[in-house]
Amino acid sequence: MQTKKTEDSRLRRRVAKKVEDLRPSGIRRFFDLVIGREDVISLGVGEPDFPVPWRVREEMIYSLEKGFTSYTSNLGLPELREGIVEYYRRFSLEASPSRVLVTTGASEAIDLAIRAIIDPGDRVLVPEPCYVSYKPLITICHGEVISIPTNPSFKLTKETIEKYVDEKTKALVLNYPANPTGVSYTKKELEEIAESVVEHDLIVISDEIYAELSYDYKHVSIASLNGMDDRCIIINGFSKAFSMTGLRVGYLIAPDDIFNAVLKIHQYCMLCAPITSQIGAIEALRSLDEVEKARAEYLRRRNYVTKRLNEFLEVKKPEGAFYAFPNIASTGMSSEEFAERLLFEKNVAVVPGNVFGECGEGYIRMAFAVKFEKLKEALDRMEEFVNAKG
Amino acid sequence: MEDFEIEMLRILEENARISCEELAETLGVSAETVKESLRKLEENGVILKYKAIVNWEKLQEDYVYAVINVKVSLSREKGYDDIARRIAKFPEVHAVRLVSGEADFQVVIKGKTLKDVAFFVAEKISTIPEVRDTVTHFVLRTYKEEGVTLFADEEDRRLAFTP
Repeated sequence: MQTKKTEDSRLRRRVAKKVEDLRPSGIRRFFDLVIGREDVISLGVGEPDFPVPWRVREEMIYSLEKGFTSYTSNLGLPELREGIVEYYRRFSLEASPSRVLVTTGASEAIDLAIRAIIDPGDRVLVPEPCYVSYKPLITICHGEVISIPTNPSFKLTKETIEKYVDEKTKALVLNYPANPTGVSYTKKELEEIAESVVEHDLIVISDEIYAELSYDYKHVSIASLNGMDDRCIIINGFSKAFSMTGLRVGYLIAPDDIFNAVLKIHQYCMLCAPITSQIGAIEALRSLDEVEKARAEYLRRRNYVTKRLNEFLEVKKPEGAFYAFPNIASTGMSSEEFAERLLFEKNVAVVPGNVFGECGEGYIRMAFAVKFEKLKEALDRMEEFVNAKG
Repeated sequence: MEDFEIEMLRILEENARISCEELAETLGVSAETVKESLRKLEENGVILKYKAIVNWEKLQEDYVYAVINVKVSLSREKGYDDIARRIAKFPEVHAVRLVSGEADFQVVIKGKTLKDVAFFVAEKISTIPEVRDTVTHFVLRTYKEEGVTLFADEEDRRLAFTP
């Protein structure tokens, strides 16, 4: 059949419905607003302000000089996978390298985990507010997102899980320390969550990308709890602890059956993570003292931000990650209005909380991944802004 | 020594001009506690001095630095400590270190002109009876001082918003 190839006369839709129906990320709009503005202090950046350790960069440069530019095994470099196993012992987990897959950033790992386990109609529990990519990725797989609002504590509990879980529920996405709330879980709190997980035979997708940035207690991987190893897909990477955001290298640790499924998808879509980044990652795992220094600095900022914010807004002390998530309801503004006016009037950029789920309305996310002086200046401006409205 | 004090010293090493109030806010203790602890640390010599790292090359007011390798001969009466103290007392001497390798001491001298430094070494260091030999290296350019790089650092290339 001959058809004229104009937009109007197309016989079928070109973009898949499930993709067309996805909502674009709410951050995008603010991105456009900030372009061309001078003197903006951005607390909207979800990436560390520390440079990638120089030793790591040197290793990558040297590897290029030596000609390491080929594919690696689908699984990733053996030395890196062994390094990851050794490294994860600090979060109380004993894994075997055969269950570690190196991915192109933790983002790929999240996508793989979801695609490997979700059949159409499977339900996935997603505690909100949460990182923006879980829900769309589940939707693309025709899974059903069950949003669990967790405010005002932002902590998932056994009771809340019990309220939302049913026989069609297959998995739970857990991200701790959490973006955007800074909430994390102690071993005891995780044990309670684990009870529900076992009882309802769920799989946990545990996004532990901020594990290094736990301030009040040691990060414990939920997979290390009794009987949980076989139910957890651990997601982690080198972006937040080692600032290697643009180098795109992450990893996933999963039980054998899920690991094999994940590997199938990975070998067809990504083949392997960039070799230069993998070589950098091996060196990063030998530069843990640099992470220590960064954590100490974030901790200082965490204490300062919490104290300052509580003088004019309400905020829970973040237990981890580098985000504060204050409640701005007292100003009478919506999250978006607050963020927009703060940008226009005071040149401070923050992310409105509703971007991270409906229950994030009334909050804003502020990343304290900026130099202390800038953070101080931003808080001064915010205080002026809030007090002028009050 | 309390935990917050170690943390406080680390902050001060990076920025000695931070106020007691700001220190108190970041460390989660009262400003009084900070003041008291600083007084104590200054008193027992943990904090020796608060000073600025100046990039004099930026100004016309340039100084001349030289690293001098000094070889000495020891005797029963005069050990390393005695000789080092004698050298260190001169205000022109910026640093004195006992080092391994060919020389015994590495001495850093700060002066106004090349001549100043050369004559100071000839007249004051070489003439110490225990000093056998000196080799003077003038500093032409400094790239890093006290952990601070003196060349333009990398700019922040991050996007304003990332999820």
